[in-house]
Amino acid sequence: MRHIISILIENESGALSRVSGLFSARGYNIESLTVAPTEDPSLSRMTLVTRGNDQIIEQITKQLNKLVDVVKLNDLAESVHIERELMLVKIRTTEGTREEVKSLSDIFRGKIIDVTPNTYVVEMTGPSDKLDAFINALSEESIVEVVRSGPTGIARGEKGLQV
Amino acid sequence: MELNGGEIIVQCLKDEGVEYIFGYPGGAVLHLYDAIFHQDDVKHILVRHEQGATHSADAYARATGKPGVVLVTSGPGATNAVTGIATAYMDSIPMVIISGQVPSPVIGSDAFQEVDTVGITRPCVKHNFLVKDVTDLAETMKKAFHVASTGRPGPVLVDVPKDITDPNIKVPYHYPEAVNMRSYNPAVTGHKGQIKKAVDMLMEAQRPVIYSGGGVVLGEGSAELRELTQMLNFPITNTLMGLGAYPATDRQFIGMLGMHGTYEANMTMHESDLILAVGARFDDRVTGKLTEFCPNSKIVHIDVDPASISKTVTVDVPIVGQVKPVLQQMIDLVRESKQRPSEDALQAWWGRINQWREINCLDYDRNSDIIKPQYVVEQLYEVTGGDAFITSDVGQHQMYAAQFYHFDKPRRWINSGGLGTMGFGLPAAIGVKLAHPDSEVACITGEASIQMCIQELSTALQYNTPVKVINLNNRYMGMVRQWQEFTYESRYSQSYMDTLPDFVKLAEAYGHVGMLIEKPADVKPALEEAFAMKERTVFLDFITDRTENVYPMIEAGKAHNDMKLRRAPGAPVDRELS
Repeated sequence: MRHIISILIENESGALSRVSGLFSARGYNIESLTVAPTEDPSLSRMTLVTRGNDQIIEQITKQLNKLVDVVKLNDLAESVHIERELMLVKIRTTEGTREEVKSLSDIFRGKIIDVTPNTYVVEMTGPSDKLDAFINALSEESIVEVVRSGPTGIARGEKGLQV
Repeated sequence: MELNGGEIIVQCLKDEGVEYIFGYPGGAVLHLYDAIFHQDDVKHILVRHEQGATHSADAYARATGKPGVVLVTSGPGATNAVTGIATAYMDSIPMVIISGQVPSPVIGSDAFQEVDTVGITRPCVKHNFLVKDVTDLAETMKKAFHVASTGRPGPVLVDVPKDITDPNIKVPYHYPEAVNMRSYNPAVTGHKGQIKKAVDMLMEAQRPVIYSGGGVVLGEGSAELRELTQMLNFPITNTLMGLGAYPATDRQFIGMLGMHGTYEANMTMHESDLILAVGARFDDRVTGKLTEFCPNSKIVHIDVDPASISKTVTVDVPIVGQVKPVLQQMIDLVRESKQRPSEDALQAWWGRINQWREINCLDYDRNSDIIKPQYVVEQLYEVTGGDAFITSDVGQHQMYAAQFYHFDKPRRWINSGGLGTMGFGLPAAIGVKLAHPDSEVACITGEASIQMCIQELSTALQYNTPVKVINLNNRYMGMVRQWQEFTYESRYSQSYMDTLPDFVKLAEAYGHVGMLIEKPADVKPALEEAFAMKERTVFLDFITDRTENVYPMIEAGKAHNDMKLRRAPGAPVDRELS
């Protein structure tokens, strides 16, 4: 099963490699990993998407908690949560397809943020499956480049992942 | 007080009460060695190879409970230390390793003797630090000692670039009394509800067993373990790492369990209906085939490390906490409780266990005219009154030591269990002797293992650490040969050394006493003679039976009730060996 794990970690050099090293050393897989400092510059927030049965996920969270740099973590899959991913897509356009790409982008609430005579760059955020759907709606030969951030997430409700 | 970086490190070690550091100088740590030169409080033990430094410091920690301290230079100094760091990590030994690093401005430029020490050691330390500012040095040292010695202990490395110890840069010194790390708060006491539940299960059990490991030694929980076990009259087995935590000569002790555990210990585990696991981690050498591990048992598991619980074997009642307070909480509950385990059930259970004991699974040919390795360990036990500190290397001799030296006290049995590091025994013996100069220390080893760190014989002379090296010389890598005999139709691929040194002369060349023992009748007199030489390191080269195997054995991937025994009950002694 897919799990999305939010981690508050000390914003120190090497902290990221402690996490990624743990996954490779113990043979866990990482589907995606995003990391950036929080409002407290001494802390980073990491969102990690992984897959595994309950036993593996339990070990992953325990092993992550054991890392001295990890302050707190939360498996978002255990509660109602919101996930968002950012995607930038460079799309090859011609006179004939420009309108179609524009309207498709509108349907998916994307924004066209760069235009050249032959390309559009579309910016889009949303749950990962929505971004997948947009990609699938485009013709394969029209895609020049896809850049995705990997999902980040937050739990619904009043509680927050804080120190 | 204003100090430079080198002086700060030395002062931190003093404030931490460090008696010995084990190390080897080099370019990146020269400033620090100069600071060491100017004082006598922290004694430096100059090893002959950095691996030796780590094993000595590790064993010092195992024998005392205090963190061992290692000092190495950058590059090869650090990489040579990695084996010893990983050894300590696998056995959860508190250790602080200070490694020199090239100066900060040249880090990343492939400078002379540069290696990414923090990166290389990351998977085999509890935590590591790269010091970036001399003003952080004292606090980092405090954190290193704190993290190494609390919770589930482990090695912590502090990488110190050379410019941090620049003698011209002095900063005010303050060693923090305590550290507060928001990301590090190991559990102490266990959850009361869980403990209550566990005690209720103990009272209900018909066929209980206590399975305890190295965590009881590390967590100083031996007295509590003994009290609880004796209150309940349960059988108890120890892991290799846990030997000594419960007295081996006590009637309730059923021996070590696992791959070379006793028949009675493994059968008791397999047939049990309740396991109380204390400070043990269900290692593969203990469990054998996981799908057939203790098929009818409920499991209560006490461990300070939550990640050890339900890692390989799913546990019914997990209790996260230090073993000592948790066992005390259990003792209190048992005492208050009016309920007791069923005496009839326990009597029947002990009846079965005693039948398994009668198989006498550790028996060997005592009439052999070749020295049997087991006999040497038995005689060592006699000659030392069972009260020596025993270190070992890795292989058959390690198992004979575990099976035949009956440890009654914790911290007496010092071996590399998790990583299985050959070369551990001799430097370990030196570390133990420094910690306990008035106690007898023996290193049980083999002719293959001893050669991996034999250069430390020179260290033993320099620091006058008279240890006794018990070399069980069978001219084979015995355990490798045994596996090849059992699973590769006796194709002894590379498990034999065609040339061996004359160990007697070698010992003498290093300034010690060497003895060659070739007959069973000479074993005891030789040991007596060696131990009478209180001030000398003695190397005893016992020429032992080359074909002897360690029994019982659960071969890899087999279950506890599928043991290879020396002989079926009633069958003639020993097999014909190819």
